[in-house]
Amino acid sequence: MDALTLSRLQFAVTCMFHFIFVPLTLGISIMIAWMETRYVLTGDELWLRMTKFWGKLFLINFALGVVTGITMEFQFGMNWAEYSRYVGDIFGAPLAIEATVAFFLESVFIGLWIFGWNKVSKKVHLMSIWLVAIATNLSGLWILLANGWMQHPVGYVLRNNRAEMVDFMALITNPYGLIKFGHQIVSGYTVAAFFVMGVSAWHLLRKNELEFFKRSFKQAALFGLLSAVLVGVIGDFHAVEVAKVQPSKFAAMESVWNTQRGVGMNLFMLPDEKNERNSVERLFIPNMVSILAFHDPNAEVKGLKDFPSDERPPVLPVFLSFRAMVGLGTYFILASLVAVFLSRKKNLEDYRLFLTIILLSIPLPYIANQLGWIVAEVGRQPWIVYGVLKTAAGVSKNISAAQVWVSLLGFTVLYGGLGLIDIYLLTKYAKQGPDNDLSGIIKTEGRN
Amino acid sequence: MELQITWFVLWGVLWAVYFMLDGFVLGMGFMSGFLAKNDTEQRVLINTVGPVWDGNEVWLVTAGGVTFAAFPTTYALMFSNLYTALLLLLFALIVRGVAFEFRGKMEGLAWKAAWDKAITVSSFLPALLFGVAFGNIFKGIPMRNDFNTVTFAYDGSLLTLLNPYGLLTGLLFVMLFAVHGSLYAAIKTTGDLAKRAENMASRLWLPLMIVAVTFIGYTYPATRLYDNYLKTPLLLIIPVIAVLSLLLIKVFTIKSELHRAFIFSCLTITFVCFTGIAGLFPNLIPSSIDTASNLTIYNSSSNPYTLKVMAIVAFIFVPIVIAYKIWIYRIFRARVTNEDVLGDSEAY
Repeated sequence: MDALTLSRLQFAVTCMFHFIFVPLTLGISIMIAWMETRYVLTGDELWLRMTKFWGKLFLINFALGVVTGITMEFQFGMNWAEYSRYVGDIFGAPLAIEATVAFFLESVFIGLWIFGWNKVSKKVHLMSIWLVAIATNLSGLWILLANGWMQHPVGYVLRNNRAEMVDFMALITNPYGLIKFGHQIVSGYTVAAFFVMGVSAWHLLRKNELEFFKRSFKQAALFGLLSAVLVGVIGDFHAVEVAKVQPSKFAAMESVWNTQRGVGMNLFMLPDEKNERNSVERLFIPNMVSILAFHDPNAEVKGLKDFPSDERPPVLPVFLSFRAMVGLGTYFILASLVAVFLSRKKNLEDYRLFLTIILLSIPLPYIANQLGWIVAEVGRQPWIVYGVLKTAAGVSKNISAAQVWVSLLGFTVLYGGLGLIDIYLLTKYAKQGPDNDLSGIIKTEGRN
Repeated sequence: MELQITWFVLWGVLWAVYFMLDGFVLGMGFMSGFLAKNDTEQRVLINTVGPVWDGNEVWLVTAGGVTFAAFPTTYALMFSNLYTALLLLLFALIVRGVAFEFRGKMEGLAWKAAWDKAITVSSFLPALLFGVAFGNIFKGIPMRNDFNTVTFAYDGSLLTLLNPYGLLTGLLFVMLFAVHGSLYAAIKTTGDLAKRAENMASRLWLPLMIVAVTFIGYTYPATRLYDNYLKTPLLLIIPVIAVLSLLLIKVFTIKSELHRAFIFSCLTITFVCFTGIAGLFPNLIPSSIDTASNLTIYNSSSNPYTLKVMAIVAFIFVPIVIAYKIWIYRIFRARVTNEDVLGDSEAY
């Protein structure tokens, strides 16, 4: 394999690994901030214990999210120097702003939150977790504005052999980036909701701390339903945006080969890239793709054959990932709907089959998040900046395949090891359940 | 062209502040094995940086992000030319952050001993590698760049970086951080541990001085950093402050006024960085083989519009960051004691 292929593989590995930790952080930080708010408002210690227990799991997850994020920033320069030089003028800005405006806030106040229980008043402590939650989400905004620019470049001109920024407002109001941000954060909230529901289900199945885990489950179910519905709604708008500005990606998502009006959808189908057709087409829904693309049953959808073959993304992985993601998204809405309904019953712990299903569902929102990014990034190929720069032109010219072999191997081993330790610790602390002894905190809290 | 100069200054300040802040975390990290005599003391040391290490590391992310946004060509060539060195640095920083977080999450001597080793190595390596990297940046790296045809070539490897001047700068960084970290431990802990840290800082001062003097001398034949000082002698105030601060570390260590000694250690690191960076101007990374290939603030910067937008962002938000960081440091200004870590389930 050459440096290009290896660098792409490395980016995929490091990015996907980083993205195991980010979605949970996005959502669970808000849930914990909410729990602590309820504690400060009511003085009810159960809320405090919930804050502490879910907070511990949050921190184990958070650490890996932070350290693997640095890799992402370094890697643009290390492996994608040509890209970085070409677009740094406009793409570097949101990254630098993310560090200055969001990442600082998050990293500084997480320290206050972890170590500040006995050092600051309840209100200041509460403020610190809200700042962490807001900063984490704000961080996501800038990163997705950066990614949104790669998907749908705006506010630039090509001159001096590169893309130069001419309109900062266009960059930060890029609808593509904003919609993607909306879609992403609620997807993160869904991960967090199913995580909290799943861990609670494990304990409810064993009748541990019933009040504690019923309340946790109830909060998470409502949060999950709200988020899962929003994922779908915003996702629908996102698809319209993709159809508008990235027609080749949209065509691959739906495996549409021929340009036509009023395109229908087959519930079961399989793309056959070699022969530029679908080998299986079953259960036809008329006009469905046109409706999804432009909210208009007769709209014209551009087919893959209208793009030169070297400007088409790989169809099969994009198509399958998209289908699986939408399927999972539908499942999340249904599952959280049932969860909200059952969580209002007094004997939630008796619905053992449902609790088992919810427990086993913990990984699914994680998978859906990864699938969504496969659609976004593989679907953008062969472009690194859609319509402007090809991925092959973005790779560093001054690195050798051997160097990237070493780094790819190193990342795989290091991340593999850390991932295993992280899962082990998360499982251990999740099973251990909440701490009963809060005397240390309550006694000294609010000293100054 | 004033925007480029503004960004050059900001670029230098971000790196200097990063080294000043992460310097004591890294220094404490690789010295902890020599300072702590038992598990509780080791935990005390880790907890002195617990609330702040993450925020300190963000200065690196910001320095990187600013290089990307303000000097994209330098960012691209710096990170790709120094690929393997940066990779090692990255691995070390990842392990260090995780080690702080995970060490206390399980009981068991083997578990803790393993993470302690990890902390030592993953703190030492960045100190050394940053020094080696900046030594080579001061000296220039073997690159041939043509800015008109946008072709860039690099004729070096990890081994090229390990030249005597690069290694000397690496050693300088290690010594600076060792003293800095020991002083930090001395003012943030109590009892025997604090005393041991104080003695360590005191004992390491002379070796640091020797390395620093050698560095100042060897910089003359090895680099062209002094050209700017010969041209504008007023700039000499920067290295003078660096040297004076270094001497004052010793003065205040002898008087056992360790908070003052630590402040001068902060100043030493900051002004050592400024000394090198002022000598580089207007280069960001010189070429060691061809001056036309130097990466300067003019041939590698973003366009004036981007620089202006980013300057506005920086001048609004960096002061805010500094303000809340100072507030947090004040909240955690107390020394960390054995009782603190033993009685706190949240502590590392």
